[in-house]
Amino acid sequence: MPSDPRLPEIERGTEVFAVDPLTIRAHFEVDYVHSYKQDTPFFHGLAKRKLLGSRCPKCNYTFATPRVRCMYCGDATQWTELPTEGTVHSWTFCYFAAQEFLKEVPFALVLVEFDGVDTLFLSRLVGVERADIRIGMRVKAKFRRKATWSVRDVYFVRAESRSGVS
Amino acid sequence: MWQLCSSSQLKKAMRPVYVIAGGITKFAKANPASDFRLMVKESFDSALADCGGKLTPADIDGSVISYFSDHFTHQLKAGAMVQDFVGLCPKPHVRIEGGGATGGLCFQQAWESVASGRYEVVAAMGFETMSHVETAKGNEFIALASDTNYDFPVGGYYNGYYAMMVVRHMHEFGTTEEQLARIAVKNHNNACHNPYAQEHLALSLEDVMRSEYIAWPLKRHDICVMSDGAAVCLLASEKAAQKFCGNPIKITGIGAGSDCMRFADRPRGRVPLLPHEKESDYKNLRYPGVHSFRAGRMAAISAYRMAGIGDPLEDLDVIELHDAYSSSELQTYEDLGLCKYGEGGRFIDGGHSGLQGKLPVNPSGGLLACGHPVGATGLMQAVTMFWQLQHTIPKHFGNDKLQVKNARRGLIHSHAGTGTYVTVTILEKP
Repeated sequence: MPSDPRLPEIERGTEVFAVDPLTIRAHFEVDYVHSYKQDTPFFHGLAKRKLLGSRCPKCNYTFATPRVRCMYCGDATQWTELPTEGTVHSWTFCYFAAQEFLKEVPFALVLVEFDGVDTLFLSRLVGVERADIRIGMRVKAKFRRKATWSVRDVYFVRAESRSGVS
Repeated sequence: MWQLCSSSQLKKAMRPVYVIAGGITKFAKANPASDFRLMVKESFDSALADCGGKLTPADIDGSVISYFSDHFTHQLKAGAMVQDFVGLCPKPHVRIEGGGATGGLCFQQAWESVASGRYEVVAAMGFETMSHVETAKGNEFIALASDTNYDFPVGGYYNGYYAMMVVRHMHEFGTTEEQLARIAVKNHNNACHNPYAQEHLALSLEDVMRSEYIAWPLKRHDICVMSDGAAVCLLASEKAAQKFCGNPIKITGIGAGSDCMRFADRPRGRVPLLPHEKESDYKNLRYPGVHSFRAGRMAAISAYRMAGIGDPLEDLDVIELHDAYSSSELQTYEDLGLCKYGEGGRFIDGGHSGLQGKLPVNPSGGLLACGHPVGATGLMQAVTMFWQLQHTIPKHFGNDKLQVKNARRGLIHSHAGTGTYVTVTILEKP
């Protein structure tokens, strides 16, 4: 046992924002093991350039954003391939964002409506100015060549074909 | 599909509950002097002082504590620290969390603890300290209260979600940016007379219209601000209310509702009707879609039924509702049945929700101007409504500008997520 026990002195100082009231920087960082579990087929689908939704045969109801149980009857749903073209149901153009996406502003978010599908799908609309976007405008899905294994592997662009009104 | 607990059953099973005192800290971008514990203690002490020293912590049987995000506090079990700091240990307490509606849910949980007979007096205490992170990080913490598989990763966040919801409202009903701006102007100008409000800005329509876009069509002044704040409300049984308070206010209606976490998943079906509405009013409306809040409508239906309200515009005197966005105040007029779905824009144009209007909405300045320290917000609304119905606004605000004359029955409305949970509570001067 040392005769004069002591904690080691620090090598780097603490960042201080204010002296009174004393306010310091406190760092916090964590990596999660984020598993998609039962929704995994959706993300595999994106890598194969497919959009997969969920269909409840009993309720005759199709969810654009997948869920493996039907919200109405509780039964298991079936995976179903969605059209890759749809219309803009609603939209916004973001000039500010959550910190993680701040470097990407401005960007457009859209809720996409597909023919024969009962719910909507949230995504990015790429390659358009704010003034170009309209509700009812036709959009088509594009897929990243290299999968990131996130919902960002799909995004939408303006479709050249007919324009509809939703 | 819309089965609700009958109000007569609820009235029979539950005993009457009263608000007997309230306290609020001044909401601020950052409170440099006090942490969450001291802010709650300061609100708690003003609530006790409001009872003229008749009520002491020894008379309080337990507490319900509301705060939204552990990320903001960077402290888990912060509620336990509040409980000991205000001197309520070893009595029971529980934490309530429900996004933006955390404070409203806390108030209703506190009501239930007295209504059920478990407690005679309960403290509902809420806080949020959002100044610990930069605004973009704060927006990220709040965005984590959306689906982290599908919504957050595309750059989804709440300003964007509310923008998309109002863009669809504009498409369906012809609502305009000016109508949204009018709500921001109303609430900001009200707040100039509320000493507890974070912002005291006498904004003009032009000021709001010229403020920068955050998520089109929502601009800087259409959106509430992050805040540090706390609020405390004391609730009691009839017997305890008579003992401790000369001027208690009765809780006469309780309602709550929910909707899918992902707004993209909401159905497009039929409107659950209020007593003064008809099926034919909404022949062509696909409801709620993304333009309306079904949870708010469900909460209103239950609360009105319990309080015996037939037509809210006639039967209510004042409302404090959850205007995290100018757009959500406009949408909420319709959910609460102050006007029909689609008429929210005309309702604000007509000045009906102004201080001198038929039914003043957010005389406090609402979240837009008071700030939105999430866990405190719903309780701040409860405290200001308590003062409105007591007619003690002049005493608490130091001026009578915001006191709604002869206010007898008021509604408070707390709202979470993209309309994921909503509470509606009716308070009345007995």
